[in-house]
Amino acid sequence: MKTASIKNTIKLFVIAVMMLPAIATASSGAHLYEAPIDINDKESLKRGAQAFGDYCYSCHAASFMRFNRIAKDLDMEEQDVRDMLIHTRSKKGDPTKIGDLMKVSMTDDYAKNAFGTAVPDLSLAARARGADWIYTYLRSFYVDESRPTGFNNTAFPDVGMPHVLWSLQGLQEPVYETVVHGDVEVEEISHLEPIQAGKLSHVEYDMFLGDLTNFMVYMAEPIQVERRSMGWKVLLFLIVFFFFAYALKKEYWKDVH
Amino acid sequence: MGNLMAWIDERFPATKLWNEHLAEYYTPKNFNFMYFFGSLALMVLVIQLVSGIFLTMHYKPDAAMAFASVEYIMRDVPYGWLIRYIHSTGATAFFIVVYMHMLRGLMYGSYKKPRELIWLFGMFIYLALMAEAFMGYLLPWGQMSYWGAQVIISLFSAIPVIGDDLTLWIRGDFVIGDATLNRFFALHVIALPFVLVFLVIAHIIALHEVGSNNPDGVEIKKTKDANGIPLDGIPFHPYYSVKDIVGVVVFLFFFSVIMFYFPDGGGYMLEHANFIASDPLKTPEHIAPVWYFTPFYAILRAVPDKLMGVGAMFGAIAVLFILPWIDRCSVKSIRYRSSIFKANLIMFCISFVVLGWLAMQPVNETITFLSRLFSFLYFAFFAILFVTSKNEKTKPVPDRVTS
Repeated sequence: MKTASIKNTIKLFVIAVMMLPAIATASSGAHLYEAPIDINDKESLKRGAQAFGDYCYSCHAASFMRFNRIAKDLDMEEQDVRDMLIHTRSKKGDPTKIGDLMKVSMTDDYAKNAFGTAVPDLSLAARARGADWIYTYLRSFYVDESRPTGFNNTAFPDVGMPHVLWSLQGLQEPVYETVVHGDVEVEEISHLEPIQAGKLSHVEYDMFLGDLTNFMVYMAEPIQVERRSMGWKVLLFLIVFFFFAYALKKEYWKDVH
Repeated sequence: MGNLMAWIDERFPATKLWNEHLAEYYTPKNFNFMYFFGSLALMVLVIQLVSGIFLTMHYKPDAAMAFASVEYIMRDVPYGWLIRYIHSTGATAFFIVVYMHMLRGLMYGSYKKPRELIWLFGMFIYLALMAEAFMGYLLPWGQMSYWGAQVIISLFSAIPVIGDDLTLWIRGDFVIGDATLNRFFALHVIALPFVLVFLVIAHIIALHEVGSNNPDGVEIKKTKDANGIPLDGIPFHPYYSVKDIVGVVVFLFFFSVIMFYFPDGGGYMLEHANFIASDPLKTPEHIAPVWYFTPFYAILRAVPDKLMGVGAMFGAIAVLFILPWIDRCSVKSIRYRSSIFKANLIMFCISFVVLGWLAMQPVNETITFLSRLFSFLYFAFFAILFVTSKNEKTKPVPDRVTS
């Protein structure tokens, strides 16, 4: 009788624990596209840095990143990084230094006037939001005349940022479908459809975003390549050390009975 | 060399201390896997103290500079990223090791007479460790640092009459701000480490006074040879010092895998929202504490009334303090205890883990229901233990350790 009730209790627990993943998946968020990240691909990172300089940097700062860190990590000449990213001068009129942090001159007050919100710093965006989110977000702008910028975004509804990449991607329009939530019918965006081509084809645009996202992943943690390469050396050392430590233990313990 | 030691020993009991605590501290020879975690906890404490010292050399405890100074450590300080990841991974490692160490105590009855004070010192260490971790998590000054602290400190406002004044006193301001950051820094790097080290010393002195328990729950001091040395005892040094080195290497292997390849622990150790600088005007969508606090946070959320919830949360920790008096069974080890005790302990462990998982989920009806169920089961462990342990059907305990 007693063992039976214990068995039942354990059964109940096993069932309850098995239920948990099902509950977790029920509350997952919107679908994200998988960003093609390869942090070891320096050519992709360089193209990403160029894209970041051309389209993001100047509104967005990356104020924990230094220009010359990019030169060092991506095997670039400092002059090339200067040409790619530095277009500003100090208050005294000297060119911005290569060792400076990647700040911008736009103030939060100005940004709030222009976009209704301060422009977020992008140094750590890839760690805060995730690479897939950034990649998806930059694909998900659509034409919406009700917004002040003329654009809206499925990944970030009512976003303050205009679609700065529209000339590359072209324009997209939402396609609606009727979804039933319980007994309420709601019109939801099912997908976006191109209505005007941009300078880049679909594939080219996705590659462009892939490079840009890749660069942002690098920028969020510039040390990550070195971190991983130090990691396996440490692990290798520990494996070798383990055999010595184990042999020492065996030697001492052979007289314990 | 011998002369030098003699000179020192006349003035300071170096050899005496060495012998009492290492070379002539007789330890049961049958320690198993679960007995690695005590010495590992001590090592993690040292790792945290040393890495912490290096972090304070570059960190700025200033609301305007804290977040940037952490990124400065990550990017501009040579090997600063390594020190920072050692410290952040060390926090998680500390709790894993301590939870395993406490589970060991539960399994083999290490809290029972004559080791009640060892358990109490240990519980105070656990309490100090939670305070230490909580205050440390504010220092990076990210969104989760800020709002996590906001949620936890506001719990004190549930206390009747003095609640609001108390929270104001803790924060040093009407909101979490520079004053809070500064005092948490002071407590994190000076006050609590002192308390922790003091308690660890007390924990070890008490242990070495009564001697270590073992997986059989047999007192090895009861059977001694002609020289008064326990027959089942071996000197801690060199036997367990060399054995613990093996444990340390294995531990460091797993530690390094996490630190070098998953330093943010999938968002459970360094939460994603904590890579955004704190913003008092923007609440993150979903505030969850770091994983090691989640079981207690789930208990808090399970109770509808705020004051009762806070009571239940602190009660969940407080009840562990009196465990030596809740468990009235004289048999220590799980090996010789009843199947009711075994099932009860398994249930307790499952409840603890599931509660931890539940606290990380956004609240809905199912989650709330499950949180209540498992909170109830968490406390049920102690009630069942108290009732069943008095006249428990135990197996015969051997006179000597078994292997």
